[in-house]
Amino acid sequence: MKKYIDTGKKDTRSGFGAGLTELAKTNENVVALCADLIGSLKMEGFIEHSPERFFQTGIAEANMIGMAAGLTVGGKIPFAGTFANFATGRVYDQIRQSVAYSEKNVKICASHAGLTLGEDGATHQILEDIGLMKMLPGMVVINPCDFNQTKAATLAIAEYEGPVYLRFGRPKVANFTPENGEFVIGKAVMLSEGTDVTIVATGHCVWEALLAAEKLEAKGISAEVINIHTIKPLDEEAILKSIAKTGCIVTCEEHNYLGGLGESVARVLSLNNPTPQEYVATKDTFGESGTATELMAKYELDAPAIEKAAEKVLARKK
Amino acid sequence: MSNIKQLEDFATQVRRDILRQVHAVNSGHPGGSLGCTEFLVALYQEIMNRKDGFDMDGIGEDVFYLSNGHISPVIYSVLARSGYFPVEELSTFRKLGTRLQGHPSTHDGLPGVRVASGSLGQGLSVALGTAQAKKLNNDDNLVYTLHGDGELQEGQIWEAAMYAAANKVDNLIATVDYNGQQIDGSTEDVCSLGNLKAKFEAFGWDVLEVKEGNNLEAIIAGLNEAKSKTGKGKPVCILLHTMMGNGVDFMMHTHAWHGKAPSDEQLATALSQNPETLGDY
Repeated sequence: MKKYIDTGKKDTRSGFGAGLTELAKTNENVVALCADLIGSLKMEGFIEHSPERFFQTGIAEANMIGMAAGLTVGGKIPFAGTFANFATGRVYDQIRQSVAYSEKNVKICASHAGLTLGEDGATHQILEDIGLMKMLPGMVVINPCDFNQTKAATLAIAEYEGPVYLRFGRPKVANFTPENGEFVIGKAVMLSEGTDVTIVATGHCVWEALLAAEKLEAKGISAEVINIHTIKPLDEEAILKSIAKTGCIVTCEEHNYLGGLGESVARVLSLNNPTPQEYVATKDTFGESGTATELMAKYELDAPAIEKAAEKVLARKK
Repeated sequence: MSNIKQLEDFATQVRRDILRQVHAVNSGHPGGSLGCTEFLVALYQEIMNRKDGFDMDGIGEDVFYLSNGHISPVIYSVLARSGYFPVEELSTFRKLGTRLQGHPSTHDGLPGVRVASGSLGQGLSVALGTAQAKKLNNDDNLVYTLHGDGELQEGQIWEAAMYAAANKVDNLIATVDYNGQQIDGSTEDVCSLGNLKAKFEAFGWDVLEVKEGNNLEAIIAGLNEAKSKTGKGKPVCILLHTMMGNGVDFMMHTHAWHGKAPSDEQLATALSQNPETLGDY
């Protein structure tokens, strides 16, 4: 299989911050908002460059989302940042009416998504946000896998006209996609071709999927690994093309198996080419305190869990 | 300036439009619509700096947001009769395929509407965003909003109120339709707003009251006074004391007509109290 090199662990939120800082310099219409989490979202670079284009709302996420919608009236491209939990569930109705239904060009930038937020525990670890956002008509949902890709995604969504949910995380993880790589919204990235089993993953699970594929290769199993950074719109063609070859699939996400990437993939399969599928996802549960690594292991989202799921789905393949 | 008689005629026609829209589909919200008729007529016909035509960005003109979207019949009538879309389209109100949805939306491209409203409490935040965009754009025009008084029970309003004062958003005039009524009864009984003037002042707003909120001259004077208070470091609030159901005797002094359509007979009575002025749609 194709080898990927971790060029040094970095957090995806810093990729967002780097992208946003670049946008401060390159796109005068971009404005940023934050609800008292500047440091956590790595927004200092943007603020330093363009303080007049930054809006600190205080701990008032509903107002932040509404303001973001209003800033589009006047031609601005607002990037509204907070933790994923407060960027979605807390403000669902504001996003629904003022952003999605009103078709506003707002970028909802959600950090600390999923279990890997770690020690703060379940009050802050949202595992339902992909589902909440993908159900909104017209909402694009993106969950990039590493620093470089998060930066690229941040730049790409500024060029896209319409509401976007950009999901990223807290911990430092492998940085392995190309620096200044191309990011095409809705276009899956083939990471490694294989013939026995398809593994599609999003966010932090992508690197875990690559690690799992290496282990599988050692066992003589050829896994095809695809990075689904955009959950909506989903690259159905890439998935169908891959399963036509492999005949089985594992979906991997740091999210509840209800409402996440796995269910979106299952819909594509059931409509087009029913295929055995295993879910690497949280199983309708809240999270808990712990380190990111401990939690990924306990909730079976890491490379060993993916490896196990691949073997299970292979056994189900006719 | 239009003379008051012209504006009164305009308002009378708007009241007819409200009643006929709601009656035709046996649904909608006539009470609050009638109560805010004079305010919106004054705003669109006398106060706001408006460009010809409509573009979403609203750069170089005043922008208005209706936060209490359920009074859609009045904003539709005022928008149509201010030239944003054909008045004949009022006959499509709330019907399948219409641009005049039950609550205003941008989804179907109705000129004059810049954000959906209906789920309450969101419009002030949206207005703040646009007010800040105007400052970034060096656009001296103002942002206006209208809110129901019951709507102020929503927490987001006070998030926005706090932000507006803290950040000196002084190119914004928020008006409260202070009719004291909401669906379940009087605001006093449902969840008292307390001393609203003191609340907004405590939040750092410049507050003025218009006691005769259905009197065009009083409204225009109040809005002009509010405009004179802009640009001075504080957001401006108008507490507009209105009568729900104004202009139709049996719809006044009650909250019963918040979201109820008149019967054929009631419509005839209501229209007889508001004779045709500019021509029915």
